[in-house]
Amino acid sequence: MFQEEVKTIGGLRLHVIPTKKYKTNTLVLKMKAPLCEQDITMRALVPYVLQNATERHPSMKEFRTYLDELYGATLQVDLAKKGEHHVITIRMDVANEKFLGDTSPLLREALTLFSDMLFRPLTEQGGFSVTIVEQEKRALKQKIQSLFDDKMRYAQHRLIEEMYKGSPYALDVHGKLNDIDTIDAKRLYKHYEHMLKHDEIDLYIVGDVMLADVEHDVAERFSLEARPLRSTETTTLTKRTNVQEVIEKQDVKQGKLHLGYRTNTTYNDPDYDALQVWNGIFGGFAHSKLFMNVREKASLAYYAASRIESHQGMMMVMAGIEPSNYERALEIIHAQEEAMRNGQFSDQEIIQTKAVIRNQLLETVDTARGMIEVSYHNVIATRQRPLNEWLEGIEKVTREDVVRVGEKIELDTIYFLTEKEGEKK
Amino acid sequence: MKVIRYDQLQEQLFYERLNNGLDVYILPKKEFNKTYATFTTKYGSVDNCFTPYGKTSMKKVPDGIAHFLEHKLFEKEDGDVFQTFSKQGASANAFTSFTRTAYLFSSTTNVEENLETLLDFVQEPYFTEQTVEKEKGIIAQEIRMYDDNPDWRLYFGTIESMYHNHPVKIDIAGTVESISHITKDLLYECYETFYHPSNMLLFVTGPVDPLTTLEQIRNNQTKKTFRLPTEIERFQYEEPSHVAREKHVIEMNVQTSKCLVGIKAKHVYAKGKEKLKHECAMGLLLDYLFGKSSPHYERLYQQGLIDETFMVDYTEESDFGFGLIGGDTSQPDELAKEIERILVQFSDIDDEQVERMKRKKIGSFLRSLNSLEYIANQFTRYAFDEMSLFDVVRTLQSLTSDDIKAVARECFMREQLTVCQVVPKR
Repeated sequence: MFQEEVKTIGGLRLHVIPTKKYKTNTLVLKMKAPLCEQDITMRALVPYVLQNATERHPSMKEFRTYLDELYGATLQVDLAKKGEHHVITIRMDVANEKFLGDTSPLLREALTLFSDMLFRPLTEQGGFSVTIVEQEKRALKQKIQSLFDDKMRYAQHRLIEEMYKGSPYALDVHGKLNDIDTIDAKRLYKHYEHMLKHDEIDLYIVGDVMLADVEHDVAERFSLEARPLRSTETTTLTKRTNVQEVIEKQDVKQGKLHLGYRTNTTYNDPDYDALQVWNGIFGGFAHSKLFMNVREKASLAYYAASRIESHQGMMMVMAGIEPSNYERALEIIHAQEEAMRNGQFSDQEIIQTKAVIRNQLLETVDTARGMIEVSYHNVIATRQRPLNEWLEGIEKVTREDVVRVGEKIELDTIYFLTEKEGEKK
Repeated sequence: MKVIRYDQLQEQLFYERLNNGLDVYILPKKEFNKTYATFTTKYGSVDNCFTPYGKTSMKKVPDGIAHFLEHKLFEKEDGDVFQTFSKQGASANAFTSFTRTAYLFSSTTNVEENLETLLDFVQEPYFTEQTVEKEKGIIAQEIRMYDDNPDWRLYFGTIESMYHNHPVKIDIAGTVESISHITKDLLYECYETFYHPSNMLLFVTGPVDPLTTLEQIRNNQTKKTFRLPTEIERFQYEEPSHVAREKHVIEMNVQTSKCLVGIKAKHVYAKGKEKLKHECAMGLLLDYLFGKSSPHYERLYQQGLIDETFMVDYTEESDFGFGLIGGDTSQPDELAKEIERILVQFSDIDDEQVERMKRKKIGSFLRSLNSLEYIANQFTRYAFDEMSLFDVVRTLQSLTSDDIKAVARECFMREQLTVCQVVPKR
């Protein structure tokens, strides 16, 4: 499996995962706060502004040239929703010099650059650089608009928007288009200072290092005040009496059918393992009921799958179909759901699904990113559950557990993006 | 069996060519949980005209047939191979590219059984009229999915503009129309021609013991009978060196425009060290000109012509090579003009800049070796053109500014460039 050493340094939780698997070392910073309409657009902008320049490397060209000199160190940011939390991830990956015949301590230099980026960004008159902020505002607008162009992502976003209307989970991680113009460099900087004081911040270092090797270097470079843990409350959706059906028409060739279910089970719950098995038999894999019936038997789709949002208590089904096959596809999906409810799955399907889930988890931790994601589940859920316990949990799931967890699953919303009538090709 | 050591990278590669002609490579990675194996044939979407095994004249087959065959190999008389793999706790997949079809699995347990399943299912085709018909609906939806994907349309639109005759310009999956002509007999004909072990490569990497694994593979292959290997005759398309069209605009249901400039390589080496050097030089040059640390990137970003989606890439395989530069943009015409101007006006790069780019490229190469998938897939791609993945660092180190300037002189000319745009429908 993998070992993880954790140490709290002021307001920073440092996680070190020693491994000899890789030829590079990975640094990942995560900043987490409750999802909130008022500040989500600023949070979406901050990491993109930070990765432009620092005091020491005050332009994109200088900053990026320095990364090249560190043997092409990479820097990426991304944004995610984990339940009702907004999580900013900043990732830096740098070669391990022992494979280079070079002796400069690349990891330490990368740590310095990382801390420069966070604590000594390029500023002017008490705000971020106006030029950079304006440039990133424009890029963010384009990013939000381009969601519309990727129909699979768009359909997924629209399903969530309809299903969680009025609750924080409906927000797009990139924020709101209309809020962008209200943000200026000073206000954004102020908000960033607020984030540094209040966000829950975790730094992961994965590579051929131990906590003792880096602890001092990190403490020297990352000074964050200790902060109280924020209590988290999740919004409870009011029960819908009827399933909501939303049909949207656009100029598309393939219909995108997305179904949203409330599982009423999250990573925090003891029956989460049973839910994973339920999802695996139903639609998680290429041996699952959805793939076998929607695709292999009926030839209706190329992809037909389900997946769960661990911290939100949501399950999604998605399939790309011919617009005219809407009813037929729904019928088959409902039939699979019904079969699950009636316990119509073989012991073989249970064993098979457990084997594949186990394999998936073990493969996940073959990547630095995967190890961090597995570990970060425990930060989001505030419970400690090492991977071996997770694997044991999956193994122990019984047929009864699967049926029982399935009883809590409710279909909430059907969303279908389809062609405009009269445009049949 | 041969052992090749790469001391700086701390890797050891085991190699053997079996009696039936199959090339087997094993790269032990003992720190990993999973084993990843690919079984690849040198047969892709560009092989649409060839002399079928046992025949004497060339035959043109329907577009998309290599990809169709890939789908159909998973189905057997007693069911789906995915089921077998998942019972053995593995995750299986396959993909078809311009020049290759690869079948693969990854698993953390039952590696021996999974390897056996991989070898057997690829070497035991089972096609019937009924299952072929059924697959047409599934692949039609795969094609529709790409039809609605603006990035894919832009990518193929650009390639289509570069080539007059070369089949690299045809979509790998074909069209709903072209796949309607596929029959079980055609599939068998392609299979017989291209799936002989002597046209294939097996790569296994993970926490395996190389000797035992090789022994297992040898035993598996010895149990089966194969015909003698024959040379495969593939049609050589005449391809002019200049692009087929200068500009192509696709109107789609999008909100943001996209623009890609394609560079058609003029001189493509068939194989070996020369080819690797050509590819590395071109990759380095394009990264120098358009990577995030370049003055051009910064300027275009500040002018609002590009955003994070801006990318640059160079591909060189068998007898074609092309570069692609572009991304989302609010001003597709301006961006196209800028990129073309940067390319055409390029004149110099000094040694210091070359050294910096080499460092960057070497670092990214190390990073890509973190991935077993990358190693297996890229190793195979290089091996099919008689190059070695593990020669990349050496080749990069050997590049001089003169090498870089030479590739620029070859490709950075108006007649080698094409522009493709996706714009919102009026």
